[in-house]
Amino acid sequence: MTPRGAQTPVTPSDPGDSLLQALVRRQWTHGGIDEIAMAEIAGRYGVSVGEVRGVVHFYAFLDDASGVTHDIRVSDNIVDRMAGSAELMALLARETGLSPGESRGPARLSFTSCIGLSDQGPSLLVNGLAMARVDAGRAAQIAERVRRGESVSRWPASWFTIEDNVRLPGRLLRGAFAPGEALGRARRIGSAALLDELEASGLRGRGGAGFPTARKWRLCAAAPGAHRVVVCNADEGEPGTFKDRVLLANHADRLLEGMAVCAAATGADIGLVYLRGEYRNLLDGLEGAISRLRAAGVIGDGFDVHVHLGAGAYICGEESALIESLEGHRGVPRIRPPFPVTRGYRGHPTVVNNVETFIAAAMVALNGPGWLREEGTPQSAGTRLLSVSGDCASPGIYEVPFGISIAEVLERCEARDTRAVQVGGPAGSLVPATRFDHRISHEDYSTGGSFMVFDDSRDLLDVVTNFTRFFTHESCGFCTPCRVGGALLGKRLDKIAGGGGTRVDVETMRQFAGVMRSASHCGLGQTASNPVMDLIEYFPEAIDARLCSMDYAPAFDLDAALREARELTGRDDPRAHLDRSEA
Amino acid sequence: MTDKVKVATVSLAGCFGCHMSLLDIDERLAELVERVTFDRSPFTDKKILGECDIGIVEGGVCNAENVEVLREFRRRCRTLVAMGACAINGGVPAMRNSFSVRECIGESYVRGIGVEDPQVPDDPELPLLLDQVHPVHEVVRIDYFLPGCPPPADTIWAFFTALLEGRDPTYSYRQIHYD
Repeated sequence: MTPRGAQTPVTPSDPGDSLLQALVRRQWTHGGIDEIAMAEIAGRYGVSVGEVRGVVHFYAFLDDASGVTHDIRVSDNIVDRMAGSAELMALLARETGLSPGESRGPARLSFTSCIGLSDQGPSLLVNGLAMARVDAGRAAQIAERVRRGESVSRWPASWFTIEDNVRLPGRLLRGAFAPGEALGRARRIGSAALLDELEASGLRGRGGAGFPTARKWRLCAAAPGAHRVVVCNADEGEPGTFKDRVLLANHADRLLEGMAVCAAATGADIGLVYLRGEYRNLLDGLEGAISRLRAAGVIGDGFDVHVHLGAGAYICGEESALIESLEGHRGVPRIRPPFPVTRGYRGHPTVVNNVETFIAAAMVALNGPGWLREEGTPQSAGTRLLSVSGDCASPGIYEVPFGISIAEVLERCEARDTRAVQVGGPAGSLVPATRFDHRISHEDYSTGGSFMVFDDSRDLLDVVTNFTRFFTHESCGFCTPCRVGGALLGKRLDKIAGGGGTRVDVETMRQFAGVMRSASHCGLGQTASNPVMDLIEYFPEAIDARLCSMDYAPAFDLDAALREARELTGRDDPRAHLDRSEA
Repeated sequence: MTDKVKVATVSLAGCFGCHMSLLDIDERLAELVERVTFDRSPFTDKKILGECDIGIVEGGVCNAENVEVLREFRRRCRTLVAMGACAINGGVPAMRNSFSVRECIGESYVRGIGVEDPQVPDDPELPLLLDQVHPVHEVVRIDYFLPGCPPPADTIWAFFTALLEGRDPTYSYRQIHYD
C-alpha cells in the first residue's frame, strides 16, 4: 500500500473515480450499501472491508443496509427551525407513521444539517433531492406518497423547484462573457502576467479565510509534481450559506472557465469539483456545463474537469478533509503543513478555491486587475455574495461591496427589531446591535457569506444550542477536544435552558471553550465554541435570567432519580426522598 | 494543634482503593500528619463531619445516602476534591447505568444464582438506589479533580503538597499518564 500523502500516478479516467464515488453510486442505485456490496466494492478497490465500512459510517448520506426507498431528511439549521422545521418533522412523522431517527425499514425520516435553503425553508431532502418551502399541505402530500410507496422519480417535478432569490446582483452576478474569452486572454498574456494581474487585483479567497488567491496559485505553480490539480470547493456546508447553490445553478460555465484559468496559471492538468451531496439536484446542470465547455474547447484539452459528490459531511469543506474525501477516504483533516499547494490530491500540488473565487478570478482574467478594485476596501477588493436569511422581509442573495456595514445590509433586506446577526455561520460571530456599525470585510468581520438575522422574538440560547449541536454532530471524531468538548458544551446549554444552570456552569463552559480553541486538530473544533463564547460575552442576559443559582445545582432531578427504587420497594418515607432545593 | 489543616475523607460508591493508595505515601504520612488533622474519615472512624478545610471524596454517587453525605461535605468543606476514576467519571459502579434499577435489584436479590428467600430489600434503614450512578461533580460543585484508578501515591502527595502550600495543584505528565 502506498503511504498516505505520497504522490501516486493519476490516469486520465481516474480523477472521476474513487471508493467514495462508488459508494455514492451504490447508495443511489440500491438505496444503501449492505455487507455484500461492501465486500464486493472492497475487492474492486483493493481495500479491506473494514475500510469500506469506516467510509460508509463516516458519511451521513450512506446507509449500511440496502433497500432504502424513501429517505427524508429535514434541514435542521436554526433558520429552518424558525420557519417551522420541527413542526414539519412532527407532521411527517404523524402522517407517515415513521419515527424520526429510526434507521430500519425502507422509509426513513431524520434531521440533517443545513442543506443550503435557509432563504426558502423549511426544506428537506428526499433521496438526496432538495425540496424547499415545504408547508403543511405539501408535507401531507409527501407523506401520502411515502405511505403508498410511490417512487420519488414519479413525484411532480414542480415540488423540486428551487428559487434563486437574487435580491441584489452586482458586478460578479451581472458579469458575463462568451465561453473561452477569459481563458483566451489569460493564455495571451501568459501565466506570469496573469499571476501579476491577479495579485494586483487584490483577490482573496471567498470561502471565508481570505487567503490571497495569487499567492496560493503561485505556491502551487512553483511546487514540484508530476501533475497539478485544481479543486473547486463546492461543499457549501456552513449553515446559512447558499450563494454557491445559486452560482452553480446559473454560472457554472464561468466557474469552470475560472478553473481553466487557474490551470493555465499553475500548469494544472486535473480539475475536480467537490459538490456537496445536498446539491445533487445541481449535478445534471454542472455536467451539462462541463460538456458545453468541452465542446467549446475551454476544457478537455490538457485540463479536464470531473465532479465528485460529497455525502453529507460538513468537515469536508475544510480543504485537507475535502482532499481526503476526493481520494475516497473518511473526511478527516490532514496535519498541515504540508499544505495542499505543495502536497494535495494524491500527493500532487493542489489549489483548492471556493466557487465564488474561481468566478471572480475568471472576471479578473477577462477584465484586468482594476476591475475588482473599483469596489471594496484596501484589504478587501471587490464584492461579497451574502446569503441572507432569518428574520427579514427579503431573504436571498445580496452582492454587496466589501466594507458595507451590517446595519446597511439589515436595511437592504428589510430586517426589523434585529437583536443579533450571525455573521459567517456558526463558526463565525454572533454580532449584537451595538456592533451593527461594523463592516463586512477582511479588516473587520470576515465571512464566507452566511448572514442569519434574529429579531427580538428569538431566544438566542436556542440559536446557540442549535449551532453547538451542529458542531457536535459534524465533528469527525478524530480529536478529543472537539468530539467531547462539543457534547459537554451541549449538556451545559441544555442544563441552563432547563432552568437548572448555575454560574459554575457558565465558568465551566468558558474552560471547555478554551481547551477546544487551543487543542483541537482543525478549524471545526477551534471555532465550535464561538457561538457559546459570543453569547456569554454579548448576551449575558440570555443566560443569567435562566440561572437557578449563582453557585451550583445538579442538571437532573435527584428526587425523580429515586422514583424507580421507590416503586420497587413500595417505600415513601422521608428518607426515600431527596430535596432538590437543598444543596 | 489548632493551626493544622483539617481534612475529611469519604468513600461513596467506590472500593476504598483510593484511600489505600493514599496510605501508600508511606513514611510521608508522618510528614502529612505534622501539617493536617483528619476529621471524618475511614482513618479516624469519626461519624460526624465538622467544619473542614479540605474534603476528599472517593467514589461516585449511587444512592440517596451518597447524595446526603456529599451535600454535607460540600456544606462543611471549604475545598472539595473528587479523587479517582469513580468520583470523576462514575467508574466501575456506573457500569450498571445501562440497566434499570429493577434489573439490578432483580439480579442481586430475586433471580440471582444462590439467592435464598428472594425479595426486594425495603427496610427504611437502607438507602434507595438512584436510577443512574453519577460522578460527584454532577451533584455538587467540585473544586479539584485528582485523576487515577487509583491515583498513585506520588500523585496524591504532589496534590496535597501543592494544596497545603496554597498553590493550584499541577501534575507532571508521568503522574497522570495511565495507559
